[in-house]
Amino acid sequence: MTAEQVVFILAAIVTLGSALGMVTTRSVFVGALWMVAVFGGVAALFILLGAGFLGIVQILVYIGAIAVLILFAIMLTPRVMGDPQAPRYNRQWPLVAVMASALASLLVALVLRTDWPVAQEGTPTIAGFAVELGKGFMTTYILPFEVASVLLLVALIGAIVIAREE
Amino acid sequence: MKPYAVIGAFLVIGLLLPLMTVMAATLLSPRKPNPIKQDIYECGLKTVGETWVQFKVQYYIYALIFVIFDIEVVFLYPWAVAYNQLGLFALVEMLIFAGILLAGLLYAWRKGVLSWV
Repeated sequence: MTAEQVVFILAAIVTLGSALGMVTTRSVFVGALWMVAVFGGVAALFILLGAGFLGIVQILVYIGAIAVLILFAIMLTPRVMGDPQAPRYNRQWPLVAVMASALASLLVALVLRTDWPVAQEGTPTIAGFAVELGKGFMTTYILPFEVASVLLLVALIGAIVIAREE
Repeated sequence: MKPYAVIGAFLVIGLLLPLMTVMAATLLSPRKPNPIKQDIYECGLKTVGETWVQFKVQYYIYALIFVIFDIEVVFLYPWAVAYNQLGLFALVEMLIFAGILLAGLLYAWRKGVLSWV
């Protein structure tokens, strides 16, 4: 086994184990923390695939933004925070188990049937992707780049207008 | 892969060090528990009321503003990586980008959503 295979197996164990922890925990809050671990594992998988920028975006956006929003939403909700003794399973769990198994078998079948191409020696990689993206932002895609800033500004002001009590 | 190996080593050491401290404390310390020692406390005092309480909804706005600037970092990152290969124009461009978002921060400030609740 190469070092990359060892890291891959470790990252996969962390991802799957945390996902299991997330769906079996009693507390929604603890579940959200397990979800952070899942996001971390997925980021490691992205980096192993050579998509370093995607891995960093995964950490920034999913762990940094989405997980924080979810944790805030849980902490601001009265009954979710107030009942750590909630039942572990609800009535829908057999149905969900069937659906999840069906989806899992479909995905496994697709993965096994696909002929995965292997990169040949000398194939251009996406290692310098972030640099190319940065150059693109500053030259060809200058307008979409600045428009993205306006979009974020609209989102910021919209969030304040909607969330603030007058 | 090499820079990531350093991050991986950092992660492993970062997890091991606190784990070793806890392990050492478990192995070496004498243990004579009694109800007072095992009481739950917060900042040295006994907790008052329920711990899993609902927080003020106003805090959500901090999270929302944080998310916006978190996304800004995603845009800053490629620019920072390519900085050496870009000219003054790129710097001006990024200042415009940050300036537009700064207007949003000023709006939030003026509206008083940044004040402590």
